[in-house]
Amino acid sequence: MSEDSSNILVIKNLNISFGERKVLKDLSFEVAKGEVVVVIGPSGCGKSTLLRCINGLETIESGSILLDGVNIAEGRIPWPLVRQKVGMVFQSYDLFPHKTVMENILMGPVKVQKRKPAEARAEAELLLERVGLLDRRDSHPRQLSGGQKQRVAIVRALCMNPEIMLFDEVTASLDPEMVREVFDVMLELARRGMTMLIVTHEMAFARAVADRVFFIDEGVIVESGPPEAFFAAPRSLRAQKFLNNFKFEDVKTKKTSL
Amino acid sequence: MLASAVKVFSNGQNFLRLLEGLWMTLKLSAAAVSLSLFFGFIVGLLMLSSRKTVRTSTRFYLETIRIVPVLTFLFLFYYLLSRTFKINLESVTVVLLTFTLWGTAEIADLVRGAFTSIPRHQKESGLAVGLTDLQVQLHIIAPQAARRLAPGVVNLVTRMIKTTSLVFFIGIPELVTVSQQVVEVAAYQHNRPAAFWIYGLVFLFYFIVCWPISKISKSLEKRCLY
Amino acid sequence: MELSYIVKFAPAFLKAIVLTAELAALGIAAALALGAAAAVAIYHRTPALDKLASAYVELARNTPLMIQLFFLYFGLPRAGVRLDAATCAVIGLAFLGGGYMAESIRGGLEAVGKSQIESGLCIGLTRLQLMRHVVWPQALAAAMPSLSANAIFLIKETSVFSVVALADIMYVANDLMMEGHSNETNLMMVTAYLVLIFPVSLICSWGEKKVRSAGFGG
Repeated sequence: MSEDSSNILVIKNLNISFGERKVLKDLSFEVAKGEVVVVIGPSGCGKSTLLRCINGLETIESGSILLDGVNIAEGRIPWPLVRQKVGMVFQSYDLFPHKTVMENILMGPVKVQKRKPAEARAEAELLLERVGLLDRRDSHPRQLSGGQKQRVAIVRALCMNPEIMLFDEVTASLDPEMVREVFDVMLELARRGMTMLIVTHEMAFARAVADRVFFIDEGVIVESGPPEAFFAAPRSLRAQKFLNNFKFEDVKTKKTSL
Repeated sequence: MLASAVKVFSNGQNFLRLLEGLWMTLKLSAAAVSLSLFFGFIVGLLMLSSRKTVRTSTRFYLETIRIVPVLTFLFLFYYLLSRTFKINLESVTVVLLTFTLWGTAEIADLVRGAFTSIPRHQKESGLAVGLTDLQVQLHIIAPQAARRLAPGVVNLVTRMIKTTSLVFFIGIPELVTVSQQVVEVAAYQHNRPAAFWIYGLVFLFYFIVCWPISKISKSLEKRCLY
Repeated sequence: MELSYIVKFAPAFLKAIVLTAELAALGIAAALALGAAAAVAIYHRTPALDKLASAYVELARNTPLMIQLFFLYFGLPRAGVRLDAATCAVIGLAFLGGGYMAESIRGGLEAVGKSQIESGLCIGLTRLQLMRHVVWPQALAAAMPSLSANAIFLIKETSVFSVVALADIMYVANDLMMEGHSNETNLMMVTAYLVLIFPVSLICSWGEKKVRSAGFGG
């Protein structure tokens, strides 16, 4: 969807281990500006870890992570600065319970980026309006539903004006009705040209939003490609097996043969 | 100063007397905790009663014990019994009575907490596989309650040992009382700096006795968090 | 029950209540400060300081106030450090209380979930900002019930202050008991502690309620 060839994110030969276990093995890929990349794979394959090390929440063994051409994995740039450019939304939303929605959102812009409160507030209100939660700006997180909290979490990350947004299974703990409202926000973001790296289990959504899909298994990118090609006819055996897990024809055929 | 330490410790009598005081402390604590466990369990179960009057009165008992210091209770009962009701009991009896009243309230609260913290579905799943009410209580609820109770009970032992220091005011020869006597004798023998060493040592005695028990309580707590 | 007796000697108890309250307030405040310092050292795993803090906490929680007071008031003078009774009382209470406050505050700090911290880091907060804006408010809210219980516990511990010849409630009660009228004295003694503790208990409940409504209930 984007013709810009400059890469926001370049990962080269990333290796991470937790103790003896190697979680990511020599991983390499690029994400272009405005591209939406969806990462799927079985549990424990390392996809969450991948997101977390782009953000500095996990330390890498070796390899480089280039954000806008600068290697952030070296450790020379303090992480608080990097994190202003990398927005992340978690499965557990993790809004600060003792602050209102607006206070949650303004914390980054005002305290970290030292922007003028009035300007930050204006932007926050604009973003809240876009996700349909402007009237909840003075509520506390406990007064919101899961879907609303997740949308606020997305706004909180967006208000920092990041270059890339990371989404770690953001709908996994939501009731089905609320999943849709969050996906609508993410689709809108993609349409507006945000560079996004999304980890999800929701195949239908992945198909709809992705420019490219990666399938990761046991710390390696097994397959990657455009979503239609990938979901319709996965080339690798592991991907085929994985996607099959989401189909239920087997049971039906067994029953009729009885 | 050091000469004083040598002098007071080289007197074997002193050390022996301190150990006797420690023994009295331990005896008092053991007796009080045992009695408290027995009565506390009963009162604790009463607190879970379905009758509101029973629950309220046991609750009232608990809150009353908690609002006033143990020393004040000691004082209260001592004079209430001897002056008002003209019942003359031995000091040790009054002490055990007071400590047991306090310990019972603490244990009762722990028992109530232990039983109510067991999720309801434990009982329900026991009944669902066909066990009777009594079997459920005996084989499923009680063992789990006992496990949750353990850290608190062990913790009470520590607290009881520390509380026995209050009987100094009554003159029963437990550790603190004895240590003061030793210091006085030493002062009489022109060894006044001994106070620093004796009280310091007794301070360590309490720590040496209580700390292992505290650690046991903590490890029990960790183990019960399955 | 002679009312005239009570009227005659109530002022003495009142004075004792005031004295106890003052010493308790100082002691509790110092205990909070000491406890917070120890909790921070243990929570942040500051090398060497955290071991020292842990040792202090264990020492404070496993020894009775009585022996601490004996040591401070009767033992230290022999080593050349002479403190007056009130100072000993406050130091003893602070030493003992600090151990309990430390455990409460540390518990509160550890109750703040790791994901809250990660969430704060992700919007670019520095460690210091994180502690100040995200962790401490939630930690203190979580520790509130425990801190209140500690405060009440410490007020009750003040009952041993008479051992260093301070004219506290038990001292006055003991004095009066010699003159007979034990029922009246008993009543005043118990009432004195109720007067001391009940308001504190109410303030603590109010504090807990306020903290819950401020949104910490999650």
